[in-house]
Amino acid sequence: MLHDIFIAPFQDMFSAPDFLLQVLWEGLVSGILYALIALGFVLIFRSSRIFNFAQGIMVVFAALTLVGLHAMGVPAWICVLLTLGVMFVLAMAIERVVLRPLVGQPDIILFMATIGITLFLIGFGEIIFGGENKVMITEELGIPTGSWTLEPFGGLLILEQKDVTAVVVAALLVIGLLVFLSRTQMGRAIRALGDDSQAALSVGISLHTIWVLVWFIAGIIALVTGIAWGARAGVSFALEVIAYKALPVLMLGGLESIAGAIIGGLMIGLLEKLFEIYWGQPLMGGNTETWFAFVLALLVLLFRPQGLFGEKIIERV
Amino acid sequence: MTDQAEGYTTADGRKIGGVVMEMKNITLRFGGVVAIHNISFDIREGEIRAIIGPNGAGKSSMLNVISGFYTPSEGEVWYKGAKRPPMKPYEVARQGVARTFQNIALFEGMSVLDNVMTGRLTHMKAGILPQMIWKGRAEAEETENRIIAERVIDFLEIQHIRKTPVARLPYGLKKRVELARALAAEPTILLLDEPMAGMNVEEKEDMCRFILDVNDEFGTTIALIEHDMGVVMDLSDRVVVMDYGKKIGDGSPDEVRNNQDVIDAYLGVQH
Ligand SMILES: Nc1ncnc2c1ncn2[C@@H]1O[C@H](COP(=O)(O)OP(=O)(O)O)[C@@H](O)[C@H]1O
Ligand SMILES: [Mg+2]
Repeated sequence: MLHDIFIAPFQDMFSAPDFLLQVLWEGLVSGILYALIALGFVLIFRSSRIFNFAQGIMVVFAALTLVGLHAMGVPAWICVLLTLGVMFVLAMAIERVVLRPLVGQPDIILFMATIGITLFLIGFGEIIFGGENKVMITEELGIPTGSWTLEPFGGLLILEQKDVTAVVVAALLVIGLLVFLSRTQMGRAIRALGDDSQAALSVGISLHTIWVLVWFIAGIIALVTGIAWGARAGVSFALEVIAYKALPVLMLGGLESIAGAIIGGLMIGLLEKLFEIYWGQPLMGGNTETWFAFVLALLVLLFRPQGLFGEKIIERV
Repeated sequence: MTDQAEGYTTADGRKIGGVVMEMKNITLRFGGVVAIHNISFDIREGEIRAIIGPNGAGKSSMLNVISGFYTPSEGEVWYKGAKRPPMKPYEVARQGVARTFQNIALFEGMSVLDNVMTGRLTHMKAGILPQMIWKGRAEAEETENRIIAERVIDFLEIQHIRKTPVARLPYGLKKRVELARALAAEPTILLLDEPMAGMNVEEKEDMCRFILDVNDEFGTTIALIEHDMGVVMDLSDRVVVMDYGKKIGDGSPDEVRNNQDVIDAYLGVQH
């Protein structure tokens, strides 16, 4: 038994390094998408103290809008632009109708409001686009659907081109966001508001503008995630679950840490895949990916309540 | 002397202009507490205007009214010859009123340079989209903001900590960074809430020199709250004295020093 837990998995890894690479690759693909979604959470949380329950449904809503517009005969790339437009309008509407009237309310009220947004988007999405599963317009968007076969260590490594595309696009988006946050005035404004709202007001930062901006960024992230995940699993309301993977990522990385979201996302993606293949399937009948991340996060929280990289927990005396 | 619309000339020969900000019959209540009781005074272009008074007199509240953090219960704020409608603090900031806080409010997680750069946010022209795409105009604006931020950093002699996260700085330097951020806005009026509180003698002297230099070199109008009477007398052109929410004196440092009400209420009391 101990052998099966502590020795055999590592023997397997070293005896078939090409397969290990394959596993790590799959983990990386999910991990970077988790990181992206967690980043959206963190930006919204830092600038408004709102834990955005609606992030998951925004992924579904963005993907549904994209596919739905295409079904009406709109060219694929125009659909992307239109969907971005829809996400922008959604961000403005949420700021105007939900956030602004609730400003200063307890955090739990704002959290409940995002549950309200979730329910609204589910209903609205079903009425307009229908509830049945749809196929992502992967090829129409010019995303290659073939695969590359590599032969590391004389073995075999298969990279789906759409996964490669997802990783590249997600990585570019993460890098783009980091550059935006660190090198532009709007980015500094977002960070500043997350840091000290009084001081932010004193330098001319408008809460409303920043809220629209961060919700729009969350919308962009939702669209990219929706396309990438939809290309693998189809577009349905079940897509929402991938956003909930951001929860353990946030527990690990801390609700306020941008670096934490990225590192936490990659860690969870990689570890849950490794665990599933080398421990879950041989020892526990598989399907561990549904819960592994949560258990891992809970274990970490036992020892570091602020998460692995969390800035210190705020204490008011 | 303060009645002339054109302003006056100070003892050291600086020209003080017309009224740029005027508080008219300001009253501010918090429930039953009257923090400011029917106070009027003006601030003139190019002058250093001090607000003094014992703890709890309502000085910070007054600064908060000027900067839009508090909305007065009664009274009017006039700015550049026009009555100012009720405004959010960020709107006041965009009109050219920059401030520092009594209890330093910096962006602790950001570097000194980034903190100073946020001072430039009031000058943002390019919209969100150009900022996101990071091209052309936004880039030129970033460069311009950077030049001004660096100039302020040089001016306040904090080059050596430009890249340091603010959280790691000692108190005195934080105060200076906060001044730098406010200055980066190139404000019409600079509001300083106890800029020298909690500093040692040497830091106080530095801060005094910076305040005078800012006023001298950029002609910035400054309204400051200060506890240290000696400092106030050295720095300011005109002084408003507050006590228990009321104005009990207003005039040159000498006039104020010789005002019996002030002596009773403030100077006579040992702090
Ligand atoms: N936000 C507030 N809520 C309630 N009371 C306040 C608030 N701000 C100031 N006060 C009260 O107003 C009075 C003046 O305070 P303040 O303006 O800070 O005085 P000073 O800066 O002269 O020491 C005090 O009695 C203080 O308790
Ligand atoms: Mg005060």
